[in-house]
Amino acid sequence: MQAIIFFVFGALTLAGAFGVVLARNPVHSALSLVVTLVSVAVLFIQQDAHLLAAVQVVVYAGAIVVLFLFVIMLLGVDHPDTLQDPLKAQRLAAIVLGLVLAAEVLFLTGHQWATGAKATADNSIRGGPPGLGNNVERIARSLFTTFLWPFEITAALLVLAVIGAVVLARRSRNADESLTEDAR
Amino acid sequence: MSARDLLDLIWIVPALPLLGAVVLLLFGKRIGEPFAGWIATGLVGLSFVASLVMFFAMLDLPSDVRVNVITLYTWLPAGALHVDMGFYADTLSVTWILLITGVGSLIHLYSIGYMHGDERFSRFFAYLNLFVFSMLMLVLGSSFLVTFLGWEGVGLCSYLLVSFWFERNAAAVAGKKAFVTNRVGDVGFLLAMFLIFASYGSLNYAAIPAGAHSISSGTATAIALLLLVAAIGKSAQIPLHLWLPDAMEGPTPVSALIHAATMVTAGIFLLCRAHVFLDLSADAGTVVAWVGGITALLAGTVAILQPDIKRVLAYSTVSQLGYMFLAIGIHAYTAAVFMVLCHAFYKGCLFLGAGSVIHGNHDVQDMRVMGRFRKFMPYTALSMVVAWLAIAGVPPLSGFFSKDEIISQAFLRDDYGLWVIGIVAAGFTAVYMTRLIWLTFYGNERYETVALEGTIIPIVSGGSGEVEDEHGAVATAPSDDDADSDPSPTVSYGDPVATPVGHAPHESPPIMTFPIMVLAVLAAVGGLMNLPFSSMEWLDKWLASSFRGVPEVHPDTFIGGLGLEMLTFAIALCGIGLAYTLYKKGLEHADRDPLNEKLGPVAAILGNAYYYDAGVSKLVGGPGRAIAGWLDRVVDNEIIDGAVNGVGSLVGLLSRGVQQMQDGRVRRYALGITIGAVAALLYVVIWLGR
Amino acid sequence: MSPTLASIHITATYPLTLAALLFTIGAVGLLTRRNVLVMFMCVELMLNAVNLTFVSFANQLNDIRGQVIVFFVLAVAAAEVAVGLGIIVAIFRRRRGATADDLDLLKDPVMDEAGQ
Repeated sequence: MQAIIFFVFGALTLAGAFGVVLARNPVHSALSLVVTLVSVAVLFIQQDAHLLAAVQVVVYAGAIVVLFLFVIMLLGVDHPDTLQDPLKAQRLAAIVLGLVLAAEVLFLTGHQWATGAKATADNSIRGGPPGLGNNVERIARSLFTTFLWPFEITAALLVLAVIGAVVLARRSRNADESLTEDAR
Repeated sequence: MSARDLLDLIWIVPALPLLGAVVLLLFGKRIGEPFAGWIATGLVGLSFVASLVMFFAMLDLPSDVRVNVITLYTWLPAGALHVDMGFYADTLSVTWILLITGVGSLIHLYSIGYMHGDERFSRFFAYLNLFVFSMLMLVLGSSFLVTFLGWEGVGLCSYLLVSFWFERNAAAVAGKKAFVTNRVGDVGFLLAMFLIFASYGSLNYAAIPAGAHSISSGTATAIALLLLVAAIGKSAQIPLHLWLPDAMEGPTPVSALIHAATMVTAGIFLLCRAHVFLDLSADAGTVVAWVGGITALLAGTVAILQPDIKRVLAYSTVSQLGYMFLAIGIHAYTAAVFMVLCHAFYKGCLFLGAGSVIHGNHDVQDMRVMGRFRKFMPYTALSMVVAWLAIAGVPPLSGFFSKDEIISQAFLRDDYGLWVIGIVAAGFTAVYMTRLIWLTFYGNERYETVALEGTIIPIVSGGSGEVEDEHGAVATAPSDDDADSDPSPTVSYGDPVATPVGHAPHESPPIMTFPIMVLAVLAAVGGLMNLPFSSMEWLDKWLASSFRGVPEVHPDTFIGGLGLEMLTFAIALCGIGLAYTLYKKGLEHADRDPLNEKLGPVAAILGNAYYYDAGVSKLVGGPGRAIAGWLDRVVDNEIIDGAVNGVGSLVGLLSRGVQQMQDGRVRRYALGITIGAVAALLYVVIWLGR
Repeated sequence: MSPTLASIHITATYPLTLAALLFTIGAVGLLTRRNVLVMFMCVELMLNAVNLTFVSFANQLNDIRGQVIVFFVLAVAAAEVAVGLGIIVAIFRRRRGATADDLDLLKDPVMDEAGQ
């Protein structure tokens, strides 16, 4: 059963990924991205990362992709890329590099080199001392004890991001100002 | 003050003329005539006094340790090569400094009179002082490199002084010729120094053990032959003799000092200084001797037909130098030095006398328009007659003892071929010198009018008058366009007869005749330095400390030795007699030389010095220039410049390639990042795989 | 539903392989596409691959901390998207149909126009 789920949603993930890369219309790319994200969420569930699966769907597929679509609509960048790449050999180099990279990483995955660092019982996903709770509770515990400091900083980061986004998207006083030279 | 302390002050000897040169170069124009001349002469005179002091100091030392080396400062501390600016005083160098400063001061004195009125008077004396300085450095240097410094210095001064009247094209060319020919010889000097350094690790004379068999015979031969090349260039032997006759374009004191008494003897000095190599080598000596012998003979054959008084003396110098080389080649070093000294006396006297003749004859050097000058310049004539007898080898004058000593040594050392050459050359010497004296001082008077062959009526000289002959034809004096603008037009064989001066010549002022007479006296009595009686061979004994380990050869019996010398004298007498017979009445027709007639077809070959000059010009100008042109075009422009420019182009090419990386396109940068990441990952993979 | 396929035991290697492929696809897409938004989406693909890797390892090692890391990655990715899109809007609001290739202000001014 597990295998079936894995293969089906694994295939979907890859299909979505190919869709993102190959689709001519950016809107189609965004939709393919959703497919990938949801499939990955399913795989998360399969691997006992329930909270993360939920967050993935809500934040990633729900908010981020929606944001993407907003900007696509706003800027009108919905016409397709031209087929020919103006940069010489970029496409070829990218594909070659991709193959090499894939080979390398696959090689690395085949090796058992996760040594040492055995998890302590308190930090386990499954099992452990009684009273640890379900996945959400376990993550919460870890997040607010061991990782409290990073948690707070990430919160501050999010606030900064909001401010930054507002400032960037604001129309300046000079309506014609733009950050790039008008080369055309 | 001990003798050693005095010898330590030997640096004063070259310092004085150096001071003179610097002062005169900087302030000469302001000092002006004649004070500049007196300064220069005075300084060289003082240098002579200092040299005398050194001489007596050295006499004080016991005869086996007559060497004193002083070091002024470190000149070239270049790693393994350590060269000091030092002076090496031994009997050889002390002999030479006496000669240089003594004869030099006489010639300086003479020049004050000779150069009177010249617009560059002070500069002349600056150059003369500079020359004396260089020559002193040459002979006093403590290592081959310091000697080389002086060697190059005298070459430079020779150039400066030969082309002193550089407005005249011939003079400028002659100066260049002298310098360039010298440079060819200098290659030999440099290569020899490389070999010496390689063999001994040092260029100091003190480092070369006398007579020790420390290097192979082959190396010694190589060094000796290379030094011979250098000496051939400097001392004008065949095949590099061609610059000396042309160097007569320079003022006559220059010819006397540089080209008779001192600079040309630098080659002899070098070979004496480096005699160890000649002694160790099996065959180098033979080469040296034959170069000298052949030069002596061939130069003599050319001298007999030259119409210019200075050219005869120039070829004579080449010939006499050949004798000195011959002596060195047969390892008769003291005989060579003896001849250097005596030759300086009589040849210096002859050159200064010739200068006096030219000076009094309004700068006309052609002997064909002279004659009976002894009436008008008695002192000059008397001195030159004495010198003539000396050079011809008439006893008891110095030439007899010095030149004939060499010839006898050849016989005693079983070099019969060289002996015969020596005798024959001595005969030629007698012929051309007698011819010179007779054409100039005796015979018929030709300074007002000359009879040229083919014209019936004598021609009025001076260029202005025209005379009609009985047939009504008008003949004009042969004009020499250069005669008015050029100070001293030299006459080559085959040139038309120069315009006679038109009136009688006059004697030179005492400031000029005095040095000539002093030299004549020295030429007469100089032989006393080294008489062939065992107790009177003072020069031999004096120089023995410089030539340790060299065997001396003496005649077995006194009568045998005397007989040899008398034989040479007899040949000389024949030569004198021959020339006297041909020229006793002077010249009947100025353009018909009786010797020329007698020699017939051979005359042109001899007179033109075997067309050697023309041959060299053709060779260097033709193939030589072609090779040089090829080297310039191909090797220099294409290969070397190409490589250098190619490096620049390569850098430009590479940088343009690298420049592509920074085109501002972010996707290219992303690609770069990816390449880096993949490469890093590759490293990890490989490391894991190990 | 073949019995052979269903009976494969899914070890950690499988999701890791999947993540590797996902990452590669994202990287190639990033280098190949010119539309800035699509490039951004490829970046998201790569981040997802990383998340998947972390979760697989957390699963394999039975350590909750792997999942916590993913939590942070998600948060930061969200912030990044917000700011990044803000920049893109700021740059490209004026220019219709602009691509990543037009962002060339870092260009060496000496270079001639012929150099692509």
